Amino acid sequence: MSAMLETLVNQPYKHGFVTPIEEDVIPKGLSEDVIRVISKKKNEPEWMLEFRLNAYRHWLTMQEPCWANVRYPKIDFQEIIYYAAPKPKKKLSSMDEVDPELLRTFEKLGVPLHEQKALAGVAVDVVFDSVSVATTYKKKLAELGIVFCSFSEAVQEHPELVKKYLGSVVPPTDNFFASLNSAVFTDGSFCFIPKGTKCPMDLSTYFRINTQDSGQFERTLIIAEEGASVSYLEGCTAPKFDTNQLHAAVVELIALDNAEIKYSTVQNWYAGDENGVGGIYNFVTKRGLCKGINSKISWTQVETGSAITWKYPSCVLLGDHSIGEFYSVALTNHMQQADTGTKMTHIGKNTRSRIISKGISAGRSNNSYRGQVKIGPRAQYARNYSQCDSMLLGSSCRANTFPYIDVQNNTGKVEHEASTSKIGEDQLFYFAQRGIGAEAAVSMIINGFCKDVFNQLPMEFAVEATKLLGLKLEGSVG
Amino acid sequence: MNNKNILLEVRNLSAEVAGIEILKGINLVVKAGEVHALMGPNGSGKSTFAKVLAGHIDYTVTGGEVLYQGKNLLEMAPEERSRAGVFLAFQYPIEIPGVSNSAFLRLAYNTMQAARGGEELDPLEFDDFIREKIKLVEMDPSFLDRSVNEGFSGGEKKRNEIVQMAVLEPKLAVLDETDSGLDIDALKVVANGVNHLTRPDNAIILVTHYQRLLNYIVPDYVHVIEGGQIVKTGGKELALELETRGYDWVRAEFDAARAAA
Repeated sequence: MSAMLETLVNQPYKHGFVTPIEEDVIPKGLSEDVIRVISKKKNEPEWMLEFRLNAYRHWLTMQEPCWANVRYPKIDFQEIIYYAAPKPKKKLSSMDEVDPELLRTFEKLGVPLHEQKALAGVAVDVVFDSVSVATTYKKKLAELGIVFCSFSEAVQEHPELVKKYLGSVVPPTDNFFASLNSAVFTDGSFCFIPKGTKCPMDLSTYFRINTQDSGQFERTLIIAEEGASVSYLEGCTAPKFDTNQLHAAVVELIALDNAEIKYSTVQNWYAGDENGVGGIYNFVTKRGLCKGINSKISWTQVETGSAITWKYPSCVLLGDHSIGEFYSVALTNHMQQADTGTKMTHIGKNTRSRIISKGISAGRSNNSYRGQVKIGPRAQYARNYSQCDSMLLGSSCRANTFPYIDVQNNTGKVEHEASTSKIGEDQLFYFAQRGIGAEAAVSMIINGFCKDVFNQLPMEFAVEATKLLGLKLEGSVG
Repeated sequence: MNNKNILLEVRNLSAEVAGIEILKGINLVVKAGEVHALMGPNGSGKSTFAKVLAGHIDYTVTGGEVLYQGKNLLEMAPEERSRAGVFLAFQYPIEIPGVSNSAFLRLAYNTMQAARGGEELDPLEFDDFIREKIKLVEMDPSFLDRSVNEGFSGGEKKRNEIVQMAVLEPKLAVLDETDSGLDIDALKVVANGVNHLTRPDNAIILVTHYQRLLNYIVPDYVHVIEGGQIVKTGGKELALELETRGYDWVRAEFDAARAAA
């Protein structure tokens, strides 16, 4: 039965196809010239190019971080393609003009782009390699003053907003991969929810890497003004290649007074094969700034893909009474490595944070939770509650927990709970004795384990996440 | 003997665990409507026999055969045995953190219904159904919302096993030391629950150390298992005799009879 557990997670990756489409690809390699080319292709204003070049010059002085509990060969940044875009037939004015090949691709991925067929109540921006190819429900949202568009478009149409907020949460000098992203990012999503507006539908971006050897460096910026609220969803897939691809995104969230941003991710990048060949390096910087009083930022992530995940969606709780939340499920299988968690930085008074992390390790994978809770000297009566649970499937995987707690104010209250469990053969036998087969049993145990996180996901995503974990756990039983 | 009523037929069954032979030729016939008690000292093979019937992976059958409703039980996977109506009440019920008791019971019930071609129940219908069932063992409804067996006392776990038996309505129920760890009140409750579940078309094998359970669940046959064999079979009065005389004389009698033969 333990052999069965080991292979229980052997599930072919369903999104591993390549779209045959003509792409505009620049040669491999990174230099100031390459950055100028990207900026020019995107017809960017001078300040945007300056932002990139400054980031690049700073990046050149930096060392790749090595503190994460992950192992991989050194990345040759000159072997990466920094810009790949499907060649547009002409300027698009409606969804009907999107290349049918692209429409088919996203249809196949379960992201229909025709608004009449689109997911009810969800507006989608789809990013294919380096560019955003379509955004649905844009007009409808615009009537409410909500801006939801590709990042490139925002630079053209709303330069003042981009200039004001870009880099204000994750500065271009923040860390190695954030600096690289600031230099070469190509597209992503931009959301602006004006004062007092509750976004009437979930906003969503679907990221797809298609080209071999291309990196994806997207930038997402979400701003919720005073009293505004929005729920944002992010999904990602990539074809199967036997080479590794780098995905180094930056996401910045800004919540002003009484604003609320809920950011949910279901990450299913290609994870490599069972021997660890291929797969995405997912090195992502995500951070939210609760700038205003009573603001709230909530991160929910279901991480199932990528060869390596290095990701810490964090909250800076600047405004008094602001709230930060982090709910995470990270599943690793085969040779996957994940070092993921969060940082909650309490600056304002009466700020509160909550961390619920569920790690599931299978195969020969290595799954680490790394989290920091920091209560600053002015953060009177700040509170944090953290719960980190790990579950092991089989006996060749690893789970680690690295909590860092730094309290500089004696009115603060920090709680940390952790547990490790294992799906045992006796549990599976107990299920079997009640007529329940191993697949259904494992799925039930895992879903029970992840319940607190799945409850936070918007409905469609919760269903999707449950299905995805089910798929990952399906196969070769018996 | 009416062969149509035979539920279980065990012929010369031997089995080992971790390379050590525990069962050394068990013979047993169980017919519908019967209650069999399987008694014996520690280490005699009682629980091993129960686990072999359920198909636990740690136990390897080394000889003999087991026919259940005329089919080779040993060829069936554990979940197939369950779906065919073989139920094991565990001596040490397993805890399953994070999975609510009601969700677990519903999945088990619906899986069984699917196997029997019966109607599956949605969560609301099942709630009505299960609330009736738990009355049988006087279980508090709050146990339905708790994780399966997690933090349950020994007695609560045993009641939960009987609830599962009530939900699955097995043809052949093997109760492995269901009486151990129960105080006298709980014993009565559990025994009463089991008695309500006996029907002319099902059968029960009670694995127990002690006679006291048999005051409440009256067996048709009492078997003494010793050294991996059934060494004596009698009626319910045999249990009383064992209570006063212990097990040694049974073994002695068996060995003497074999020497004579």
